[in-house]
Amino acid sequence: MSVMKRVSLIFRAKANKALDRMEDPRETLDYSYQQQVEMLTRVRRGVADVATSRKRVELQMNSLQKEVDRRDNQARDALSKGREDLARAALQNKAGLQGQLNDLQGQYANLQEQEEKLTVASQRLQSRVDAFRTRKETIKATYTAAEAQTRINEAFSGISEEMGDVGLAIQRAEDKTAQMQARAGAIDELLASGALEDHVGGQQDAIQAELDKLGAGNEVESELARMKGELEASAPRQIEGNPNGDSSANGSEATRAAEQPQAGDGS
Amino acid sequence: MIVRILGEGQFQVAEDVAPKLTALDAELDAAVHKSDDAAFRAALGAAVRLVRESGTAVPADTFVTADFILPFSDATIDEVRKLLADGAIGGDSVGLP
Repeated sequence: MSVMKRVSLIFRAKANKALDRMEDPRETLDYSYQQQVEMLTRVRRGVADVATSRKRVELQMNSLQKEVDRRDNQARDALSKGREDLARAALQNKAGLQGQLNDLQGQYANLQEQEEKLTVASQRLQSRVDAFRTRKETIKATYTAAEAQTRINEAFSGISEEMGDVGLAIQRAEDKTAQMQARAGAIDELLASGALEDHVGGQQDAIQAELDKLGAGNEVESELARMKGELEASAPRQIEGNPNGDSSANGSEATRAAEQPQAGDGS
Repeated sequence: MIVRILGEGQFQVAEDVAPKLTALDAELDAAVHKSDDAAFRAALGAAVRLVRESGTAVPADTFVTADFILPFSDATIDEVRKLLADGAIGGDSVGLP
């Protein structure tokens, strides 16, 4: 038998089985309505869960984007310092991160879709449940027991199919959210431990360390140059005042000590 | 006839669409049996489009059961297999005891 027919029969069989178990048809309506209200709660919670998961992925995408930008800056920095090897390593890391980011973007789109679908399903169920409530009261008030039975069966089976549909949609969204959360958890850990860098290229620390060294090297050089300049400007007085390079307190003593022999020699 | 697309609700579809839909249903069935992913996606996509385009949504206050139920538009073969295996739709998901 075909797929579409079989699926419809499965849904119908479920509803019939439940109907057979009901002793009082009118109670069936109340019971079903109670189930519908619970299902509405479930689907709304489902929407909220997917939204939470989506926001988490959004934060991760931002973090990854920052890492990608950082690698890009590193590469530029390295190139400007004439270190093509470092620039290449940084770009390799960037490519790895970009891959992760693209992957997350795909997952994000998927979650967004699930959220939208579930929201629509929730709205559809809400209007169905509202209509069912009206129908339920009409059936109870208007029909004789025999007439009611048929109408109750129709309403019950119709809404059961809707509930089955929404139930499957929730299950699906939950599965996708769980998968996403497992991935998100792993990426969070990687980002937190900084292992993402190692995971991606294994060289990030080396690149940054090298760049830092180059950066620090430049600073050291310029500070050295500045100090040399200062020293040259005040060279005569300092050499006279502190020939042994002692601290200033000792220096003045040393100066006095140096003066005494000079005086002695002079006498 | 009434056709439900899972996740999208019920549609009232004209009877003259039935032969086309039945043909697509047969393709879907064959694809599931052969585990032919590409054929499965093509048949499902075509069936979903056909129902969306030729059908009209059943109003919220009309309680009927569908003659045909199409899987979620982005369903996989595995999902459909699970759906067809009896009992895959848990009692809870139909809102029943």
